[in-house]
Amino acid sequence: MNTAHAARFGPSEEGAFVVRAEGLCKRFTGPDGKPFDALGGVSFEVAAGRLTALVGPDGAGKTTLMRLMAGLLHPDGGSLSVLGHDTRREAQAIQNRISYMPQRFGLYEDLSIQENLDLYADLHGVDRAIRAARFARLLEMTDLARFTARPAGQLSGGMKQKLGLACTLVRVPDLLLLDEPSVGVDPLSRRDLWEIIAQMIAEEGLSVVVSTAYMDEAERCDRVHVFNKGEQLAEGTPDELRRRVRGLTYVAPPAKDEPARDLQARLIDAPERVVDAVPSGGEVRFIRRPECALDTLGDLLGASPASARPEELEDAFMLLLREHETRRADEADAARPASGLTMESATHFGAQDPQSVIVVRDLVRTFGDFTAVASTSFDVRRGEIFGLLGPNGAGKTTTFRMLCGLLPASSGHLEVAGVNLRKARAEARKRIGYVAQKFALYANLSVRENLEFFGGAYGLRGRALRARIHAIEAQFELEPAAQSGTLPHGYKQRLAMAAGLIHEPRILFLDEPTSGIDPLARRAFWRTITALSQSGVTIIITTHFMEEAEYCDRIAIQDAGKLLALGTPREVRAKAGDAGRDMNSAFIAIVEQSRREKAEALEQRRAGERAESVA
Amino acid sequence: MSASASGFRVRIVALVRKEMRQMLRDRSNLLVGFLLPVALILLFGYGLSFDVKNAPVAIVTDQPSLGARELVAGIEGSAYLSARPVATMAQAEDLLGSGKVDAIVRIPVDFARREGQGHAPVQLILNGIDSVTASTLEAYIAGAVSKALAHRMDRGQATGGEAGQVEIVQRIWFNETSNSTWYLVPGLVVLIMTLVGAFLTSLLVAREWERGTLESLFVTPVRPLEIVLAKLVPYVLVGLIDLAMCLVAARLLFDVPIRGSLFAVLLSSTMYLIVSLLLGLFISGTTRNQFAASQVALLTSFMPAMMLSGFVFDLRNVPVGVQIAAQIVPATHFMAVIKTLFLAGTDWAMVMRSVLILGGYALVLTVLTRRTVRKRLD
Amino acid sequence: MDRILSVLFMILTLIRKELLAIFKDPANRIVLFAPAFVQTLLFGYAASFDLTNVPYAVLDQSRSAASSELLAHLDGTGVFRRTATLTTPDQIAGVIDGGSALMAISIPADFADRLAQGRSAPVQLILDGRNSTTAGSASGYVASVATAFNARHGGGGGVTLVRRAWYNPNLQSRWQIVPAMVATLSMLQTLLLAALSVAREREQGTFDQLLVTPLTPLQILIGKSIPSIMVGMLQSTIVLMISLFWFHIPMSGSVALLYLGLVTFTGASVGIGMSLSALALNMQQAMLYTFLLIMPLTLLSGLITPIRNMPQVLQIATYVNPLRFGVDLVRRVYLEGAGLGDIYPDFLPMFAVAAVTLPLAGWLFRHRLA
Repeated sequence: MNTAHAARFGPSEEGAFVVRAEGLCKRFTGPDGKPFDALGGVSFEVAAGRLTALVGPDGAGKTTLMRLMAGLLHPDGGSLSVLGHDTRREAQAIQNRISYMPQRFGLYEDLSIQENLDLYADLHGVDRAIRAARFARLLEMTDLARFTARPAGQLSGGMKQKLGLACTLVRVPDLLLLDEPSVGVDPLSRRDLWEIIAQMIAEEGLSVVVSTAYMDEAERCDRVHVFNKGEQLAEGTPDELRRRVRGLTYVAPPAKDEPARDLQARLIDAPERVVDAVPSGGEVRFIRRPECALDTLGDLLGASPASARPEELEDAFMLLLREHETRRADEADAARPASGLTMESATHFGAQDPQSVIVVRDLVRTFGDFTAVASTSFDVRRGEIFGLLGPNGAGKTTTFRMLCGLLPASSGHLEVAGVNLRKARAEARKRIGYVAQKFALYANLSVRENLEFFGGAYGLRGRALRARIHAIEAQFELEPAAQSGTLPHGYKQRLAMAAGLIHEPRILFLDEPTSGIDPLARRAFWRTITALSQSGVTIIITTHFMEEAEYCDRIAIQDAGKLLALGTPREVRAKAGDAGRDMNSAFIAIVEQSRREKAEALEQRRAGERAESVA
Repeated sequence: MSASASGFRVRIVALVRKEMRQMLRDRSNLLVGFLLPVALILLFGYGLSFDVKNAPVAIVTDQPSLGARELVAGIEGSAYLSARPVATMAQAEDLLGSGKVDAIVRIPVDFARREGQGHAPVQLILNGIDSVTASTLEAYIAGAVSKALAHRMDRGQATGGEAGQVEIVQRIWFNETSNSTWYLVPGLVVLIMTLVGAFLTSLLVAREWERGTLESLFVTPVRPLEIVLAKLVPYVLVGLIDLAMCLVAARLLFDVPIRGSLFAVLLSSTMYLIVSLLLGLFISGTTRNQFAASQVALLTSFMPAMMLSGFVFDLRNVPVGVQIAAQIVPATHFMAVIKTLFLAGTDWAMVMRSVLILGGYALVLTVLTRRTVRKRLD
Repeated sequence: MDRILSVLFMILTLIRKELLAIFKDPANRIVLFAPAFVQTLLFGYAASFDLTNVPYAVLDQSRSAASSELLAHLDGTGVFRRTATLTTPDQIAGVIDGGSALMAISIPADFADRLAQGRSAPVQLILDGRNSTTAGSASGYVASVATAFNARHGGGGGVTLVRRAWYNPNLQSRWQIVPAMVATLSMLQTLLLAALSVAREREQGTFDQLLVTPLTPLQILIGKSIPSIMVGMLQSTIVLMISLFWFHIPMSGSVALLYLGLVTFTGASVGIGMSLSALALNMQQAMLYTFLLIMPLTLLSGLITPIRNMPQVLQIATYVNPLRFGVDLVRRVYLEGAGLGDIYPDFLPMFAVAAVTLPLAGWLFRHRLA
């Protein structure tokens, strides 16, 4: 591997560095017309033959950095050289040698998988002689060989991502740049993607720079650079970074009968003492501030005994970000939990109302001969947080759209608050709130105008509307005059939530509300959700962040339209048996088992048919 | 050197193949590329006509006389007019008001007497709402009236005086029957080339910007000029197929002659097609937004091709300012050539001049377009 | 009562949102109104069938007082401009082919003699038929000059045509075209605006959000149609103002009736646009479909060429084209001063189109999903 490397990078090429940045600056004009620094003087080096991660929340400058390295943007200050070429003067030379997968994969949706591969192979001048073998290998690794004739536009998100990656690997690039390759992809596809990358590094000695918001992905990298707001906060191996939080990380079980999320809520509401807290496996993992000893947290923990746990990269990341944010004393901190919601006593709705507000019986939806949702039944009780989990294309969104009355069911019984929303009169629809996947907002209207519209559409007006808008703007810390289309992703999500909650619905539908959102913003989001649930709102949510399932009272796992598991997070983990250490592995285990069974059943049936035909 | 040349060839072929596939798989593209031209050919060939035929004319004869009868007979005899005798003026005015007739010819009470005196006015009332039809009708009626009189004079029934008559013998060159289809159809070639060129291609680069595909295309050995050239090829083909359809339809369906050399037709059409394609790509690369691009394309290429190129509205009739603006529009130069090639024949000096002008446009636009797809996101 | 008020308020909210969404975008403000200005002026000046400056060539082989007088008459009209004086007949082809003259007048050597002998004296007129409409008008002018010449010399049998053109006394084509633009230009953009309004929301995902609110499809339809109609009326008003105060084309009819007609017409256009919008999967398709439709609608509207010149089949097809009746209605109310009694037949087809397309769009909103 190393000799292959030395052959490609002569000793003349700056030793073993593929990227070298010094005082790198990039300035853009903000939506308010003022210039801001997307990158404010960043210096770092990327070693050859390594897997390097750029991590950071929204707006950290990761994508800008990627584009600078690809020669698509010109730096405003400092210098950047890639593979020994200056990006300003020799962009084409760099582009001849590297491969780059942008966030939107750069696939031609109307071309088939094979055609996309051919196109990029031709553009990179891949020799026809070696092409067949290379394609076969890539298709095998990505498991796309069966679909080569299918247009890229008809692939699931995970498959698109894999195809995007395959297109960058039609030849062995001297440097591979991957910009957030796993955003919006389910755990199974994410795992596959990383396996391919690992394999290519092992076999071909690739140099890879990948940007990501997932810490478990950064954990796999040789070196991690942490960015926030255009600055580099830290760099090092995952081990080096982890060392920063040594001795600060704990895990605590909630008191008897208390949901883990209530303890988590108490902890995260005390940011001056606690850096971070998340529910996990029925307990709460948290990080204390270095300056606050564990015994100062007694009032928050109550009777729960906290025990130390091994530190993880995510802990280090959270600590770095919190420290940086405190240094910046940034008022508009996306991570602060929404404050307007009062914490009612946790026991009030702790034991859920046994009455079901959503009843689903034998729900089926087919599109032509494709079954998107197959005979699904579940109930959601009042005040519950109900999670609908599943890989891309599992039928989550279809189920969701049927619940909201946006799509008629092919058959089965469906009831939300006692009625079928598709046939219900306007009054019934006033009781539900809906936050769509893409945070559907009117992009060129201001925050206030969006809220005024949705408030008005739900029949609020006059003083009542104004009062409600003020309340909700305060609750979600929204700037009324800001134009919604130019808001950062995390703010858009908050505005979408505000719009969905403006009429104080009793039932709230959230479709993948945390997709593409960084860990800080996700914490704040879930704090809002748990507070809402405590005030008695029923919440139905889809997500493919499995650790988020821990916030739910009950979850359902769907795959290929089928309901595979239903129950409390603990029950679902138990169902997965040994694999159920955490939600992510439990999920993968359950889905894979079901797929295996299905394949076996198919095999058996085929064997049976063969036997019959022989007989 | 030869390695880079072969790299260029491989890339161009790959990009052209990609563009072809994308074009063929997008149904709405094909609708605009082929269905709309067919619809336009049929509409222009069969549907649109400025020619007045059998226009209903109300005739009011207040007092019958031999002269009046012959006058009416003259109008009735005209192939363009269809006479409708009406008893009273009030009735005739009703018909004109409700659009049932286009004109009233009134032969007054003292017509016979005044004719004898050598000064007999005949009243003609036209509906001016459609001024083109009205003007044409006036000419036809005047022609019919003077024919009737000449006829009478020849037979010595009318007072001709001792002076002779100036008689206009007209010949319309290139379009002997004065059929408007003959000039609408060649003009249509310009319109369709503009449509395929500017309108369809205006969406191309913008679409790649919107979908984010250019970003990954940029980070390959591809050169900006290759991207532009590859986008031209499929649409040049569509344009040429449309041209062939126009030529066949003109010849077989509408009997419009194609008197010039086919080579000259092809040469100038291809040249214009390339100019309008480049214009579309330039607009697309500048706006980077499909909606804006299509709007700009309509306003800057399609509208001028329709209005300012001398297609329907003769440039000789417009104010100087508009004439100057028209000279800037590439379609104007192609329009003059294609009409001449269809109806008059090959005027090589004219063909070469406009091919040179269009070539100049193509050169400038290539440079400009290449700049809009430089490999930069900021 | 309160329920009705509440529903009205909800629709008003939607209308307000639509208007804000349209007008907050500076590019939209330009795209919606600048073309109306530019195109009205362009059509007003460029769309002319009236001869103002016809270049012609003369081959005067008679060189007599009579021929000079005839040519002086021709020059005196102000329409013709002599660009070439030829000496031999074979030069004619050169000036006509190259386009330096639209027509050539050839006066034979025996012209004056024949006139003096009281015989008819033919003058040959050769016209460039590459634009046969212009050629036809030019020939009409020359004929009238000849008639006038004859009358002056006591010829022509003494019969003169005294022309009077109703509603457009000087038969200016501008009068024919600019008022028709009041309907045509607004149609172009209201159709597109309506077609994009739902397609855009669908593409941005906001349409689902709209459908889960208590608003019914009918209410959404109303809330989305009214802003498009308002924009259409605004554009019509701009064109009307230009027509009245820039081109000084006098308005003879009732403004109220004109606007009543325009509202009906725009309603029908919006209905077509909304249906297209509900059918299209994305904005690009909505745009292309609109464009595919606009071309035939404009060509078959009688805007430039009369409906009566079309074949029977096409004439029947024009009944579903609201623009045909919109153009007719505006022209007749504006130029002719027609009253409701005269033009009510124009309303019926437009009502019919609106009555079919608007409910169809409402139905498609809910059933064209997934």
